[in-house]
Amino acid sequence: MVDVAVVSFAQHNAFREDERNEVEFLQPVIKEAMSNIDLKTQDMGFVVSGSCDYLAGQAFAFVSGLDAVGPWPPLRESHVEMDGAWALYEAWIRLQHGDIDTALVYAFGKSSPGDLPRVLSLQLEPYSVAPLWPDAVSLAALQARALMESGGVSDKDLAEVVARSRSHAASNPAALLSGSHDVADLLAEPMYADPLRRHDCAPVTDGASVIVLAAGDRARELSDNPAWIRGIDHRIEAQGMGLRDLTVSESTRIAGQAAGVADGPVDLAELHAPFSHQELILADALGLGADTVVNPSGGALSANVMMAAGLTRIGEAATRVSNGDGHRAVAHATSGPALQQNLVCVLEADK
Amino acid sequence: MSKSPIAVLGTGQTHHTAKRTDVSIAGMVREAAERALADAECTWDDIDAVVIGKAPDMFEGVVMPELYLADALGAVGKPMMRVHTAGSVGGSTAVVASHLMQSGTHRRVLTLAFEKQSESNAMWALSIQMPFSGGGVAGAGGYFAPIVRAYMRQSGAPLDTGYKVVLKDRLNALKNPYAHLHQPDITYDEIANSPLLWDPIRYAETCPSSDGAGAMVLGSEEVADAASRPVAWVHGTAVRSEPTMGVGRDRVSPWAGRKCAEDVYAEAGITNPREEIDCVEMYVPFSWFEPMWLENLGFAPENEGWKMVHDGATALDGDLPVNMSGGVLSSNPIGASGMLRFLEAANQVRGEAGDHQVDGARKAVGHAYGGGSQFFAMWVVGSEKPTN
Amino acid sequence: MTETTLPEPIEEVTIPIQLDYVYTPGRSSSMWLRGLAEGRLIALQCPTCEKIYAGARGLCPMCGEMFLPDPIDVGPNGTVVTFAVVNVPSKNIDLELPYVSAEVLLDGSHTRTFFLLRGVKPDEVRMGMRVRTVWKDESEWEPTLANIKYVEPIDEPDAPFESIQEFV
Repeated sequence: MVDVAVVSFAQHNAFREDERNEVEFLQPVIKEAMSNIDLKTQDMGFVVSGSCDYLAGQAFAFVSGLDAVGPWPPLRESHVEMDGAWALYEAWIRLQHGDIDTALVYAFGKSSPGDLPRVLSLQLEPYSVAPLWPDAVSLAALQARALMESGGVSDKDLAEVVARSRSHAASNPAALLSGSHDVADLLAEPMYADPLRRHDCAPVTDGASVIVLAAGDRARELSDNPAWIRGIDHRIEAQGMGLRDLTVSESTRIAGQAAGVADGPVDLAELHAPFSHQELILADALGLGADTVVNPSGGALSANVMMAAGLTRIGEAATRVSNGDGHRAVAHATSGPALQQNLVCVLEADK
Repeated sequence: MSKSPIAVLGTGQTHHTAKRTDVSIAGMVREAAERALADAECTWDDIDAVVIGKAPDMFEGVVMPELYLADALGAVGKPMMRVHTAGSVGGSTAVVASHLMQSGTHRRVLTLAFEKQSESNAMWALSIQMPFSGGGVAGAGGYFAPIVRAYMRQSGAPLDTGYKVVLKDRLNALKNPYAHLHQPDITYDEIANSPLLWDPIRYAETCPSSDGAGAMVLGSEEVADAASRPVAWVHGTAVRSEPTMGVGRDRVSPWAGRKCAEDVYAEAGITNPREEIDCVEMYVPFSWFEPMWLENLGFAPENEGWKMVHDGATALDGDLPVNMSGGVLSSNPIGASGMLRFLEAANQVRGEAGDHQVDGARKAVGHAYGGGSQFFAMWVVGSEKPTN
Repeated sequence: MTETTLPEPIEEVTIPIQLDYVYTPGRSSSMWLRGLAEGRLIALQCPTCEKIYAGARGLCPMCGEMFLPDPIDVGPNGTVVTFAVVNVPSKNIDLELPYVSAEVLLDGSHTRTFFLLRGVKPDEVRMGMRVRTVWKDESEWEPTLANIKYVEPIDEPDAPFESIQEFV
C-alpha cells in the first residue's frame, strides 16, 4: 500500500452566501489550500470533487465548480455526485497506482437557495416513498425515536451531545454555531420534529472544503507532520427505513473494522452526525471509548455544508493530528437518509 | 507500487429503447448487471464493490440514486460509489472502477452506468433556463450545431460527410440486438432529406433519447487468468477535463481530448494509433463528431478526418471500423452511453461482439466525452495481457 | 389452493415534483446583469491572461483567478462567430421556428454570447457577419440579457474567417 497523507486543508462555512455563487466562494478556499503548501492546482497529479446538482437546482452545477481550479492546461479530473469524502477516497485509490504523488480534493454546496429537506426527499425510492415527501429531518427523527425507545438513550443524552459540540466549536473559527449551553436550557426548547429539537439538527450551511493529499516522500516535503491515512473504507446499507436496524450503524461498524480503527488508541474522532442522536450511534459503531474526544471541531451540529461536511471531518481530524493535538484520529462521513452510507478513515501522525 | 493488470470478465446491457415501461429504474439496472454477472460467470456474492455512474439526476428526478439502488445492485454491506462527469460519465465510471481494481483492493468490481431518461424530460434538463439569462439555445444540438458548422468551414469537408456516418452507424446497429434504432430500410437519401433540426444538423443525424444501462464485471489478474470465458485486458485508461467557457479553447478539437488520447496511448504503449488500433467505439451523438473525433484522437491529421469517412475506412469492413455497435447515434441512454462504448470495445477484443464483430480485433479503443466538449474519458483494451 | 390472478402491472405513475430555488447570480454575473439594466454590456478582465470576458460567470476559467473589479464596456456591435438555425421546439423557449441562434463576439470581448439573430434569412447567415444588438424599450429594462431582443445585421463587411477562427 502506498502511504498517503493529508498535507493541506481549508474550509469555508456561511449561513447564506447571498452575493457569491459557488465558484466565487470555492476559489478562495482552493487558493488557501494551495498556498498552505506553496503549490498551484496545475501541479496536482489528479483533481476530484464532490457536489450535488440538485442543491443548486441546475443540471450541470458541478461543471462550473471546475472553473475555480483553472483547468488549463487540461487536468486529470473527475467528480462524484457524493460528499467530498468519497472524492477523497477516489483520490486515495488513484494515488495507490504510484505514478502521481499529489491530488486535490474539493467539495462545495450551496443549500440556501433551495429547501434542503425537500431536495433530500428525492433521494428516496421514487415510486412509492418519495411521493410522500418524507423530509430528511423527519426521517432522522424516526431514527432518534427508535433509538430512544430501544432504551439507554434519553433526550438528556442528546442535549449533552449538543452542549459538547457547541462548547468545542467555540475554539473553531470556522464553526457557525458555538457557545456554552446548559443541558436544562436546551431541554426547555420546543420540539422541532419530536424527539428532535432545532439544536439537535445541523444548521443549513453554504460553503466549501478542500484537502490536498500527497504520497510518500512528497508528503514529507509538503508537511512537517503529515496526517497519514492508515486505513480507509466505506460501506452502504439498504435504503428502506424498515429494512435495517436504525438504532445501530452496521455499515459504520464494518467500515471501521476494515479501516482498522481498533488497531490503536483513538485520541479524537470527527464524526459526521448532522443529528445529535447519530453521534451516539456512530461512536458506538466505532467502539470509541471515554478517552476519545468526539468532534473537537464542533462537528456538523456547528456547521454542515451539504456535500462537504464529510470531507471537512477528515480535514479537521487531520489538522489536529498534524498539529499534535492527538496522535491518532478517526474521521467519518455519511450520506443518505438516517446514516445509510458511511465512510471511515483512520489518520495518524509520525510525531 | 504500480498498477496491477486487470481485465473485463463480462459485460451486459439492456435493450435500449425510448421508454421502458415494464421495469422500474431498479429493474432496468439489475437486468444489465445480471447479464454482466452471467457473462463473467460469477454471482452477486463474488462482487466486492459497486461503482455506478449516470448523468444529471434531473433526467429521472432521483437525487443520488446509488442510495436507492444499493440493494437492487447487491451493494448492501459493500463499498458503493457514484460518478458524475456529465456525458462522459459512462466512460469515466469504467475508469474509476478500473482505478479501484488496479489499486489491488478488490478481486471483482461491478461497474454500471444507466439512464432512464423517459422518467423525466431530457430536453428540459439540458436547457434549464437560469433566471436573468437570454435564452436562444435549445438543447444539446443548439450548443453543438455551431461547432459542427465551424468544423465544416475550417476543414472544407463535403456537406454529406455526416450522412455517410449516419448510414454506416444505423446499418451497423442492425447487427446489434441491443441497439435502440433498428432501421432496416434506411437510405442515404432519407438521411439527406430529413428535416434540419439545428442547421446544419438534420433529424436523422441526431441520437435518439433512450432508456438503458450497460454493465461490466472487472476482475483482478488472478481471477482473469482463471476465467474460462474470454477476457479483455485493460491496457490504459485516461481522463482529462478543461473549462466550459474559456478564451483559447478549441471546441472543434478540444485540448483535453487530445491530451486524454496522448495519456491513454502512452500508458498502452501505442505510438501509431491508426496502425495499432483495430477498431474504435467513440462517442458520436451528432454525425459530424466522427470526423472531428478521428482527428482529436490522433487517427487522422487535422482537418482530414472526413476523408476516412468517405474512403470507407471507418466502415465495419474498413481498416479502422468505428462504432461497430451503431454507436450513440443508434442508442443514447445518456449516462450509459460512455459505458456502452467501453464495453463494446471490450467485447470486440474478447471476440464476443456477435454479428458486429471485427474479425481479428485485438486492440480497441473506448471513448466518451461530455459537457461542452470538455470532459474526456478513454480506455484501450486488448486480447493479451499488457506487458509493461 | 386457489390460483390468484395478478392485476395488470403498472406501467406509469405520474409524480409531480416542484422545488423552488432562490438563485444567486454571483458577483461577476451581477455586474453583467446590473449593466444590462442600464443598457450597458459590461465585461470583466482576468488579471493573469488579460482576456476580457462578457457575461462572466464567476472567475476566469482558464486561470482560476477572480476578475479585476473594473467594468469594461463591450459592444454594442459584434461579429457572428458561428450559428445554428434551430427548427426544434423546446419547453423553455418560446420562439417561432425556425430561428437563428448566433454566437456573437461583442466588440472588445474575447468571449461569445448567444443571441437570437433576426433580419436576415436563415440561409443567408454567414460566419463573420457584423451585427448590432437590438434592445427592448428602455422602460422595460431589467437586470437580464432578455433586454436584448436579438441581434441584426449592420452594413459592414464580414470579418474574415481567420480573424474569428480562434474564438470558435
